[in-house]
Amino acid sequence: MAMAALRREGRRFLPLMSSNSINAARSSIVSEDLAPQGARAISTQVVRNRMKSVKNIQKITKAMKMVAASKLRAIQVRAENSRGLWQPFTALLGDTPSVDVKKNVIVTISSDKGLCGGINSTSVKVSKSLYKWTSGPDKETKYVILGEKAKAQLVRDSKKDIEISITELQKNPLNYTQVSVLADDILKNVEYDALRIVFNKFHSVVSFMPTLATVLSPEVVEREAEAGGKLGDLDNYEIEGGETKGEILQNLAEFQFSCVLFNAVLENACSEQGARMSAMDSSSRNAGEMLDRLTLTYNRTRQASITTELIEIISGASALEG
Amino acid sequence: MFRQAPRLLARATSIMRARSFSTDLPAAPTSDSSFVEAWKKVIPNIDAPKTPLSFMQPRPPTPPSIPGKLTVNFVLPYQSELAAKEVDMVIIPATTGQMGVLPGHVATIAELKPGILSVHEGNDVTKYFVSSGFAFIHANSIADVVAVEAVPIDRIDPALVQKGLADFTQKLSTASTDLEKAEAQIGVDVHSALNSALTG
Repeated sequence: MAMAALRREGRRFLPLMSSNSINAARSSIVSEDLAPQGARAISTQVVRNRMKSVKNIQKITKAMKMVAASKLRAIQVRAENSRGLWQPFTALLGDTPSVDVKKNVIVTISSDKGLCGGINSTSVKVSKSLYKWTSGPDKETKYVILGEKAKAQLVRDSKKDIEISITELQKNPLNYTQVSVLADDILKNVEYDALRIVFNKFHSVVSFMPTLATVLSPEVVEREAEAGGKLGDLDNYEIEGGETKGEILQNLAEFQFSCVLFNAVLENACSEQGARMSAMDSSSRNAGEMLDRLTLTYNRTRQASITTELIEIISGASALEG
Repeated sequence: MFRQAPRLLARATSIMRARSFSTDLPAAPTSDSSFVEAWKKVIPNIDAPKTPLSFMQPRPPTPPSIPGKLTVNFVLPYQSELAAKEVDMVIIPATTGQMGVLPGHVATIAELKPGILSVHEGNDVTKYFVSSGFAFIHANSIADVVAVEAVPIDRIDPALVQKGLADFTQKLSTASTDLEKAEAQIGVDVHSALNSALTG
């Protein structure tokens, strides 16, 4: 009540104290809910704009998180169902990541879209380390890249080593036919002794493990089988069908590559959605915290401006009283 | 981000409780230690990536006497049709003809042609039409059949089979390039196999 009376008095004094030009300047930065004559010295407009944009960002990231969660649910089922696909091959041929061959091809699987946390950087880091690990005198290592993000990172320093790069893999829902055509393409155009597929295996919504799956060419399989070790039992297997053992092994290697690639692509897509979900979740939480801080700043600024105005009015009034 | 991990995990487990991951990781994860050590020597800063071996149950060794049942794993790209199922016999359509697999079968790698796969368990026989793939029979009486596409026989429509056979036979006669001839031949093979599967 007293405040309202003081404010009215202030309004009567303000036109006397300030000149027209100052009034005009004040009106230009005045906020909507104040009358033009009651212009306040400190403006809350800047803080208010920031709050609005942060709130919008929070809404957007929350929506992206929901979208990623629903996509994850759909693709997780398919990824889990495809997990049985590579196990027979590993049971038969074993797993020999430390095989020593001349021509290595590193197949890096990544996503096309960003905002998915650190999974693409992890894949690229592992691929680059693998390149370093498999390099040596008389050996050559090449890249085959699936996905826009890995291409962007690898093209910077390994441009001459990239054989094929494929993008927009997930334009249509992933299916085995598409992946087998892709695998056929890669096998036709790239000479290889060992194919090393680098992807993120989906473990749970918060954990993704960089994984390396190795597929050997039929010649290397024969060589390793003769040398003994993990593949030594291969000779014990009878071969049914086909003209020669070599032909069967060729078909086997191609089939294995397409199966392993299918599982790898599904797992990576799963990991991408999971990583995007947690990235967007933490982003919206950060936006919420930022909004809280901004609200406090806004209230402080608003209260300070009211106090300043009161002081001006009261000091003006007391000056007139004498 | 890591502060939120317990909360995210709790939320994740509540969302995903229906899907458990116990089938994926074995009880004692084995890893290729020689690979990990060789990796660490060259690249000490980055952890070695995991390999498929650490995600698989190790297979049992060959038993001294022939076991009574055959363990069958029948996998497709989008589903594991049979996972570690104990059966009496499996008849697989290898390229050299129908092959019967009993427990104690010699270790074999067989390429499959389009045909019927039948699983015999006691008096039940389940028949699937398989498009193609591979079958591995291991010495420890475990059979892995990996197929690209498989359907139970009762889901096949005979009318469409006849129509497809007629279509592809016609395409084969009018094919000009080798590629077209090969595609038409494959179509004819699959459809005639489907035909004999339905009638036989």
